[in-house]
Amino acid sequence: MTYRPCSKPAAAVRHVFLLVTSAFILLPFVWMVSLSMKPASEIFQSSFSLLPTHWGAVDNYSAALSSAPLLTYMVNGVIVCFSIVVLQIVISAPAAYALAKLDFMGRDFLFGLVLISLLIPHQVLALPLFIIAYKVGLLDSYFGLILPFIVSPFAIFLLRQCFKSVPEDVIHAARLDGLSDLSIIWRILLPMASPAVAALSILTIVSRWNDLFWPSIAVSSEQLMPPPLGMMAFANVEAGTDYGPLMAAAVIIVSPLILTFLIAQRAFVRGLTDGAIK
Amino acid sequence: MIALRKVILRFQIEQVRKPISWAGYLLSLPAALLLLALFLLPAASVVFISMTNWQFGADDLSFIGGQNFLSLFFDHDFRTSLWNTLSYVLIVVPSTFFIGLTIAIAIEAGSSLRTFYRAIHFLPFMATLAAMALAWEALLHPTIGLINQILTALHLPTENWLRDERTVLPVLAAIGIWQNLGFAMILFLAGLKAIPQELYDAAEIDGADSWFDRLTTVTLPLLGPVSMFILITVAVRAFEAFDTVQILTQGGPGRSSDMLLYSLYRESFRYLNTGYGAAITVVFLVIIVGLTLFQARLFERRIHYT
Repeated sequence: MTYRPCSKPAAAVRHVFLLVTSAFILLPFVWMVSLSMKPASEIFQSSFSLLPTHWGAVDNYSAALSSAPLLTYMVNGVIVCFSIVVLQIVISAPAAYALAKLDFMGRDFLFGLVLISLLIPHQVLALPLFIIAYKVGLLDSYFGLILPFIVSPFAIFLLRQCFKSVPEDVIHAARLDGLSDLSIIWRILLPMASPAVAALSILTIVSRWNDLFWPSIAVSSEQLMPPPLGMMAFANVEAGTDYGPLMAAAVIIVSPLILTFLIAQRAFVRGLTDGAIK
Repeated sequence: MIALRKVILRFQIEQVRKPISWAGYLLSLPAALLLLALFLLPAASVVFISMTNWQFGADDLSFIGGQNFLSLFFDHDFRTSLWNTLSYVLIVVPSTFFIGLTIAIAIEAGSSLRTFYRAIHFLPFMATLAAMALAWEALLHPTIGLINQILTALHLPTENWLRDERTVLPVLAAIGIWQNLGFAMILFLAGLKAIPQELYDAAEIDGADSWFDRLTTVTLPLLGPVSMFILITVAVRAFEAFDTVQILTQGGPGRSSDMLLYSLYRESFRYLNTGYGAAITVVFLVIIVGLTLFQARLFERRIHYT
């Protein structure tokens, strides 16, 4: 929708409206950063100011980093997200290829199972997976955090759609060149589907990094907590007494994804809309 | 000779076109087994457990049919939780939808600062909600929070937003809107980009001169299908609200901010009322699957008719 340049008053209305909604969106971010830089004495002052008169940033951030293993939480988040992204592709891509390009009895039935799984929200699976994880001793381990997400019906579905659009001739040519099914998948199809793979990875990383529900069921020891659960544990310890370090911790937890997003905004937005609409 | 070579080549192609049939099974086996083990059997077992009186850790359980669902229906706390969830969804979904649509249209209506506005509105989708909930708590703090400080400066009455039964759910809903606005906006922007420019040109020739005419004759009607998708997706996300309840209110004060997913979590994993928790899970499953199937049917219809 491209309009010719709008009239001056219309452009002004546009900016006023968008600035108001932007202010609503930015409000908690600004307040979080502002508090993270104030010493306790100023936080509990009743008068309002955005910037501190005495800087408490160094104290707050070092207090946050020393009183909670924030870096451990982040490393845990990276380990969990990375493992899930890799395993998801390794497991889904061959199935997607079989569903898209191979003929075998029961293929439509299998695709039906993928579609049914696509309907089931993860929160529904938490209870039985918790029981299984308890029985086999996977609670409170990295594998317990990762396990429910290593197969993704959405990934199988999305990759199948992509692989289907690859011309048969490409695959025939590869076979004539002596490539096995697996090398066709890794060396030809996945590179051709790289936009979809990128979209999938972004969606997975954002939802796993930010997930609080499954980690709060699967994990109880501090060394294994991913960022959101660690944040909650930290908040419970602080119990609203010391907002400076708490907000500093929140800034640290929120930053990695926000900064990555701001740097690679275009790729993120395209990936998310492609992933969501397909 | 050339003809013969062609025939041989075609034969070879036929050969490779029919790959050995077990390759399909072998390649899809890991995913198929994991789908069974991690999705389909667990989902089926939730339905089974919901019909038992199992307490996690107990050695025996007995089949009690639909009794858990009957007790859910008469459980005052559960009805409160369901009602709260519906109220939350009914506040979050329409607001997110209309404000998100307006933001998307406003961003596309001009050329300046597009990327800037888009990035800002999308930030809450990326930001870890567990951490941002604490930032909201600081904003809403009864004495040192910015909101009450502003109200005091304006000589208006202040409020203990998260500890008052009347305000807690609307406040959580406001945070829900804040969180989902950018998500709706991004999808609307994609929908707007897909509308061909010729339609606007044609509408102009037909006399749709003003910005408002083009909006009502072209933009809104063509956004129809994508709107339905956004409406359902935001509704599903609203039904899944959990983090803010868990971090900010734990369902309180009383049960005034208890919601479906939080009740599910509390019964299943805190009180270990496994059978009862499974029944709540089934209610949740039915709602989400219902919404998703509704949307899938609408999409199918669109594909058939266009």
